[in-house]
Amino acid sequence: MFEAFVFYLLATVAVGSAVAIVLAKDIVRAAVWLLGTLGAVAGLYFLLAAYFLGAVQLIVYVGGTLVLIIFGVMLTGRSPWARQRPSRWEVLAAAVTCSLLFGTVVGEMMGAGWAGSARPTTKGQTVAELGRELLTTYLVPFEAVSVLLLVVMIGAAYLARVERR
Amino acid sequence: MQAIRGEDILKPRWDPALRSRALRAVCRGCLGALAGAAAGAAVARLGLRGHPVAVLLLVVVPLGLAALAAVAGGLIVLAGPIGRALRRFAAPVFWGAVIASVLLIWGVAELMGFVGELARVDPVPEAVTAFGGPLTTGELRESLRGPGRFVLLSGLLWPLQFGVVRDLVVVAGVVAFVSVFAMFAIWWERKVSARIQSRLGPMRVGGWHGWAQSLADGIKLLGKEDLIPAGADRPLFCLAPYLAFVPALCGFIALPFGAYWVFRNLDVGLVFVLAMVGVEVIGVILGGWASNNKWSLYGAMREACQMVSYEIPMGMALLVVVTAAGTLNLTEIGELQKSGWASWLAFRNPFTFVACFLYFVAALASCKRAPFDLPEAESELVAGFMTEYSGFRWCLFFFAEYAAMFIVSGLATTLFLGAWYSPLPVRWGAVLAEGGLLSRAVHGLVFCGPLWFVAKCILLIYVQMWIRWTLPRVRIDQVLYACVQVLLPLTMLALLGQSLWELLVPRGSALGLAANAITSAIGAVLVMGAVGAAAYGRMNRRRLVGSLAVEHLPGA
Amino acid sequence: MFAVGLMHYVVLSAMLAGLGILVMVTKRNAIGILIGVELVLNAGNINWAAFSRYQVGDAGGVIAALFGVVLAAAEAAVAIAVFVNMYNNLATVDVDRASELSG
Repeated sequence: MFEAFVFYLLATVAVGSAVAIVLAKDIVRAAVWLLGTLGAVAGLYFLLAAYFLGAVQLIVYVGGTLVLIIFGVMLTGRSPWARQRPSRWEVLAAAVTCSLLFGTVVGEMMGAGWAGSARPTTKGQTVAELGRELLTTYLVPFEAVSVLLLVVMIGAAYLARVERR
Repeated sequence: MQAIRGEDILKPRWDPALRSRALRAVCRGCLGALAGAAAGAAVARLGLRGHPVAVLLLVVVPLGLAALAAVAGGLIVLAGPIGRALRRFAAPVFWGAVIASVLLIWGVAELMGFVGELARVDPVPEAVTAFGGPLTTGELRESLRGPGRFVLLSGLLWPLQFGVVRDLVVVAGVVAFVSVFAMFAIWWERKVSARIQSRLGPMRVGGWHGWAQSLADGIKLLGKEDLIPAGADRPLFCLAPYLAFVPALCGFIALPFGAYWVFRNLDVGLVFVLAMVGVEVIGVILGGWASNNKWSLYGAMREACQMVSYEIPMGMALLVVVTAAGTLNLTEIGELQKSGWASWLAFRNPFTFVACFLYFVAALASCKRAPFDLPEAESELVAGFMTEYSGFRWCLFFFAEYAAMFIVSGLATTLFLGAWYSPLPVRWGAVLAEGGLLSRAVHGLVFCGPLWFVAKCILLIYVQMWIRWTLPRVRIDQVLYACVQVLLPLTMLALLGQSLWELLVPRGSALGLAANAITSAIGAVLVMGAVGAAAYGRMNRRRLVGSLAVEHLPGA
Repeated sequence: MFAVGLMHYVVLSAMLAGLGILVMVTKRNAIGILIGVELVLNAGNINWAAFSRYQVGDAGGVIAALFGVVLAAAEAAVAIAVFVNMYNNLATVDVDRASELSG
């Protein structure tokens, strides 16, 4: 009962912030509303008993990616006189398409009928379990992701380097 | 305009018209509350048959309000004599207030534990109780031993059986603690910086060493004009201080002050606290951006760079301890360190010892404390990202900074310095732990307890202040050089060494014990050396260089 | 309605994904498009975590969501680097102006 209340609250915050991102005229406001969505999603992870995932979401997404996005906004400047907005018909067509997409996805999911999916099956994973799985079953993806992160670091540093003329 | 006389500044007086108006309002409020209490008593007795909740709401609350109004009236009438008495007995008042708040917190915690235990152990079926809760006040009254068999007390304790009410009390306590601690830390920083700079610091307000200076500053700040610069982004400007302050408060959710003194014992407590420290960055950046001020923007960008970069060595240094402890749960990590000085995780092996210092340096930079305080560099950027903030909003940023300092010191204490345990092993005092109130108080003071945790945190904060006023400021490129080219390799080496140590050196082997003994000895020597140097300086303070400027002033 | 089940999370995730695509389509600022991408990735991660809790019961979904978070952060880093380059060369981050290769 309490869980349902918290879920609806967090879901409202997440969807409301996403709608506000769509409607935001200013890119900094959009980034702040993204903070709302990311925070609500972190709360949903805590509700799903994936505590480690929720904490990682807060550290990486909010404390890292969002800071990066705001940095990008500051570095690329915003020109308040050039309102970069698409035309109204484009927005309407996009909204209709997205609603169709949403309806299709939800319809297919409802029709799939996963059995026994009304109640949670596990108590949630402990960090020890997660760690063990990462180092045994999912070792190859783990190593691949670390190599990918190294490549990304080198690539981003190279792309953003200061040209010496 | 009247001429201002000297004595108007030194001895400010109440405006008589304002004073009498305030007195009249207080008297009316008191009488109204008394009348309300009487009416409520009649209603509760006749209409609701003396129901405890009705008595609580209709009689006790108005009586409490009447008492508050009477106290306020007394303060207004006796403001002069009270002020003079406070100035004369300022030191006992200050220390008495500290001891009284400690006892109050302990008493509330004991009561909450008592009622919680009762509610858990003895739930009565709902058909029997009068109002649907598991405990009636009659049962509470009977369970209270000794002189506690009062209706009022059991009525007051009745709400505490619900988890929600206990949570709210703890939240209020944490907010009060953070605010009071921030005010104390601000005053203390001024005293510490003054002593390091051969002067005295606040000495006037409140009498003894100006202890009420922060209170006076707080009242002044609350009364300031709310200034928002033209062209500033209003919603973001108003939102930014809260985005900085609320995560700092939320960090206390998982921070344990004692074995059972934690709001939520999260399994991923360490990562959660780190996450909260990381979310503060957003508040600071938005504060700088929304001020429409170049200097604020520079401060904000430097600060974001610095805080985000230093989270990496901070996290890795903490990882060193996590590999030694085997868990992310802060309470369990604390429990590992209960066997005295040598069992503290900083002294487990040389790598954790080094990691303690690396973590401390990284945490200094993450809290924007000197020597890494470029974001708020007073002599360069006016006040960095806080330039355009005044009054209550500035207060929130400042509280956020001191709360972050406490959280970071709290993490260092929990993971490296023995959490809430004293240097004496807990098993020496095991017999004291089960006794009555007095023996448990002694146990808490000597062996383990939240006071030890707070004392260690205060010690670490003193070290942070000491470093701030001793070392010069570091340039932003030097800050990032120190992070990426000094701290990061060192923490990586420490982590590598610790992992190899855990894998290759068995727990009770000779090498492990020898390393433990050597690092404990080094730690003990360092601490005793620092205490000795401080004692020497205090005893010879009139003879040593630097005291000339202050030795003739009272209180030196 | 009162017991939160799998379908609640699926519907929520589909809504966030749809809104994310809407953001991607309607923003002309390149960083706005990046924000839309982050929304879509978050929606996917919610799905992973929800299925892991309600359907499968082991840690695989949570680990997949962890990888998703990490990869999204990596991708955002590279994207910001590209946008900074774009700003240095074109003096704007309006994606409609970056049309040298088209036509």
